[in-house]
Amino acid sequence: MTTQVSTTTRWARFRDSYLLYSFKRTWSAQLCLAIFLCLVLAAFMAPWLAPTNPYDLRQIDILDSELPPFWIEGAVEHYTLGTDAQGRDLLSIILYGTRVSLVIGFGAVILQAILGVTFGLLAGYLGGRVDAILMRLADIQLSFSTLMVAIVVGAVVKATLGSSFYSQYAVLMLILIIGLAEWPQYARTVRASVLAEKSKEYVDAARVMGLGSRRIMFRHVLPNTLSPVFVISTVQIANAIISEAALSFLGLGMPETHPSLGSLIKSGFDYIQSGSWWITLIPGAVLVVLVLVINLLGDWLRDVMNPRLYKG
Amino acid sequence: MTHVANAPAVAATETASFGKEASTQALLEIRELTKRFSLSGDFLEQLRFKGGRLVRHQEHVHAINGVSLDIQRGEALCVVGESGCGKSTVARIVMGLLTPSSGEIRYDGKRIDHLTPRQLLPYRKRMQMIFQNPYASLNPRMTIQQTLEEPLRLHHPNWEREQVRDKVTEVMTSVGIDPDWGKRFGHEFSGGQRQRIAIARALAVDPEFIVADEPISALDVSIQAQVLNLLMDAQQQHHLTYLFITHDLAVVEHFGTRVAVMYLGTVCEVAPTATLFASPRHPYTQALMSAIPRLEDDRPQHIRLSGEVPTPVNLPSGCVFHARCPYANERCRREVPALIAQGDGTRVACHGVEEGRL
Amino acid sequence: MSLLEVSDLDVRFALRQGEVRALRNVSFSLDRGERLGIVGESGAGKSVAAFSLLNLIASPGFIAGGSIRFDGQELTGLSDRALRKVRGNRISMIFQDPMMTLNPVLSIGEQMIECLKAHRRISHREARAIALHKLQQVQIPSPETRLDQYPHELSGGMRQRIIIAIALLLDPDIIIADEPTTALDVTIQAEIMALLLELCEKHNVGLILITHDLGVVSQVTQRMLVMYAGRVIEQGPTREIINDPQHPYTQGLMNALPQMATPGERLNQIPGSMPSLSNLPSGCAFHPRCGFVNDANGQPRRACLEQVPDFVDSGNCRVACHMVAEMLEEEQRLAKEETS
Ligand SMILES: Nc1ncnc2c1ncn2[C@@H]1O[C@H](COP(=O)(O)OP(=O)(O)OP(=O)(O)O)[C@@H](O)[C@H]1O
Ligand SMILES: Nc1ncnc2c1ncn2[C@@H]1O[C@H](COP(=O)(O)OP(=O)(O)OP(=O)(O)O)[C@@H](O)[C@H]1O
Ligand code: SF4
Ligand SMILES: [Mg+2]
Ligand SMILES: [Mg+2]
Repeated sequence: MTTQVSTTTRWARFRDSYLLYSFKRTWSAQLCLAIFLCLVLAAFMAPWLAPTNPYDLRQIDILDSELPPFWIEGAVEHYTLGTDAQGRDLLSIILYGTRVSLVIGFGAVILQAILGVTFGLLAGYLGGRVDAILMRLADIQLSFSTLMVAIVVGAVVKATLGSSFYSQYAVLMLILIIGLAEWPQYARTVRASVLAEKSKEYVDAARVMGLGSRRIMFRHVLPNTLSPVFVISTVQIANAIISEAALSFLGLGMPETHPSLGSLIKSGFDYIQSGSWWITLIPGAVLVVLVLVINLLGDWLRDVMNPRLYKG
Repeated sequence: MTHVANAPAVAATETASFGKEASTQALLEIRELTKRFSLSGDFLEQLRFKGGRLVRHQEHVHAINGVSLDIQRGEALCVVGESGCGKSTVARIVMGLLTPSSGEIRYDGKRIDHLTPRQLLPYRKRMQMIFQNPYASLNPRMTIQQTLEEPLRLHHPNWEREQVRDKVTEVMTSVGIDPDWGKRFGHEFSGGQRQRIAIARALAVDPEFIVADEPISALDVSIQAQVLNLLMDAQQQHHLTYLFITHDLAVVEHFGTRVAVMYLGTVCEVAPTATLFASPRHPYTQALMSAIPRLEDDRPQHIRLSGEVPTPVNLPSGCVFHARCPYANERCRREVPALIAQGDGTRVACHGVEEGRL
Repeated sequence: MSLLEVSDLDVRFALRQGEVRALRNVSFSLDRGERLGIVGESGAGKSVAAFSLLNLIASPGFIAGGSIRFDGQELTGLSDRALRKVRGNRISMIFQDPMMTLNPVLSIGEQMIECLKAHRRISHREARAIALHKLQQVQIPSPETRLDQYPHELSGGMRQRIIIAIALLLDPDIIIADEPTTALDVTIQAEIMALLLELCEKHNVGLILITHDLGVVSQVTQRMLVMYAGRVIEQGPTREIINDPQHPYTQGLMNALPQMATPGERLNQIPGSMPSLSNLPSGCAFHPRCGFVNDANGQPRRACLEQVPDFVDSGNCRVACHMVAEMLEEEQRLAKEETS
């Protein structure tokens, strides 16, 4: 072969990869990533960016409630996007709320991924009875909706530890609920690709070498099954954010004092009748944009990584 | 089924004929190996309604049906046969990748089937395998260096870093791969180079026995010669014993010490290579030989087989070849022929040969 | 004039790393009823050559130059619709994988009848009769029942017979067979090749057979092309090339066969492997692997390193090699000296 010797670092491999190539050519992906990064940055910089701290009750004046955003008659200058029913600055509370939503979304997805990847790997590699049990478990889990898990977990926790405990640890609770409810997605995807990888000869070669199952599973099979995990993660994050919003909207999620985007939409919902539409619609728009860009990024990633569409 | 009923008779003749050779101990002995694969899924899927009753319905692929083979030290035993006749299954059972349904595998006199992975570990160093598909047999996420170091680290846990690296350099050089390429990944190499790396991986632990499952069929003619040469050089240098699976008879003629011809999960003829090519005895071997496309200009006079290739799911009664055999008679359809030793070191499983009618 | 005439065919793939020239200056011709073999290593461009004859190259590939004349008609640049009249009708194709041609959800009969009715105006009854006749021609046992079976119910060998029947369906002038038997067993392969040969001879159908098995080429074809890295490097009557290959690559290929060495001895391998098309060596693409690259003085021939060799006629064969050209010149010079 006429290939010359070159040291390929990880960075060099990335630089030459199709991923980067395709990214450079897809303006929609670039735009989505830019918007997504802006939202994430803004959310996590909220304590510095937000004009007020909405968690600080001293900074809130109930008399300022339901002020409209700046382009509408009657706006007050330093409430750029107006205020909500409790007089909190809407811009600040949206920034903080986005942060809560993102934390729950990412946290839940990490939990889902840990559970799902482990179970999927075990089921796919070990097969037989382990596979049957784990996959039945996944089926059962899937047949309960997230809502049902939330109601059950919420009820149990509230009954045993009290509702003040629940609202204090609401973020963790929601991560737990959404994480538990949606791991089967991962388990199924991982299991399918483990089954495909397992039949390849390098796995046999590793067995012939005498390597133990654990090493083969984690060192050989797992790294080769991660690209689909990567792809569904985007969709899962978007789903988790929506699930959280839905739960909060139904009053099963974040408390009003510590609102996420979902609870903001809910809290504003009652005031639409009275004409203060912005309390609901502006956080709603942020939610839609956030979920949309994540999904579009996921679509692009899926196209790039789909081995049937792309051959090296 | 007839062939099950006949099994004891077969076994008796087998042991009788093996008894004579027992003086020189074979490196690998395969005895009465069978392997069935279930086609019917798990327990729930096997339940069927039949005649108003719930019955358990199971279907099997009879991949291997009573294979007995000996491999002597230092030889290259080639296994040939058509696709699906069970060559790979034999190889995978020998390597412990599959467990046999019945039968024994002895390595150096000791039984190695049904050993736990831990008990097998010392044998892993002595027997290695090379696979067919060079594009799938290297882990795409590992560099060549990592791939080759892994078996050394496992089998020589107390070796120094330097020692491992030196050994890797040594095997890479011995298979003709530039040691500087260690940092690269498998996909950066051509098929022939990947197969060299796979061979290097097998040779790294200094095995004495190598199972090669069609190691050159995925390669081009000019590359096949290189890899075959490499395998022959390795045999000389390391005194290797090969179980070599292929469907290319030209390669067999060149490479094999002895040849075993398989058909539908049974061995129909075992013979020294030269003898087999000079005078094939079994009707299937004869048909196989006549089917090789030759370079000479005479039009082929190949033996046309009639009839359909039977599936291993519904195994035919009697001789597995009878449906396509031009010499089949009533006895062939009824009775399973045993592998019977002939005068010239050949063993043939054919009633026709036994009765002297062909 | 020949039935099919390909000259200077140039096919490229526009990839993101740049343009890859998969075929360069490929020229050959095929007479009516003639059987031509194309051999070469994987990636040499055999399939691309076959596909481009029917303009079946999918993007990013395209025909960048040259001409393909079939029965006096230029095929390059023909509209898809006009091409479809040729495709399947007058030139048909057999693929390596039968499932590329067969539709798994239609019965064999339905597929054959559909194909017939697409090209000819005949009734269902007539079409079925023709289909049955073709199945009989390929010697399938109980053809009546096969018409109503689905592809997955048949064995590999039978599927390949059906494919041949479908290829023959419209009485084509040429069949292009791209490795038709590599997926099959030796005994079945021999039967299928014998059948294909017999049918082509009987109906005077031309055959372009792509394979890497020199034995098959030797037994089935009358003329052959040897391809290397996107070029034809030797062409001529099969017997002459097999018995006395001229190009060093063809010689190497023949010598590397296990049949050519004494059992147990090392084989005569060609060193190295075929270069990738995006990174071709200068001059003759084979020169880094060639055993004849040195001239009489033991120095590498300048021309081999720098200049792409042109075809020279050596007997009935055409060879693209500087060494062969040099030898021929030498012979001619000697012959001239003798006469003078
Ligand atoms: N895991 C499996 N499950 C079910 N059937 C199997 C399995 N592995 C092999 N078989 C069946 O066992 C039979 C023997 O297969 P095997 O792979 O040993 O054939 P082979 O001789 O190696 O063929 P080839 O030349 O195509 O590699 C085949 O009929 C195959 O379908
Ligand atoms: N879709 C494609 N995209 C990019 N390059 C291609 C494509 N198809 C073929 N090529 C290039 O064309 C060259 C010739 O390919 P081709 O399939 O004709 O080889 P071949 O001689 O038929 O090999 P084989 O024996 O493996 O079938 C290859 O080296 C490949 O780089
Ligand atoms: S035993 Fe009978 S059927 Fe089998 S190969 Fe011999 S003659 Fe043929
Ligand atoms: Mg096999
Ligand atoms: Mg091809």
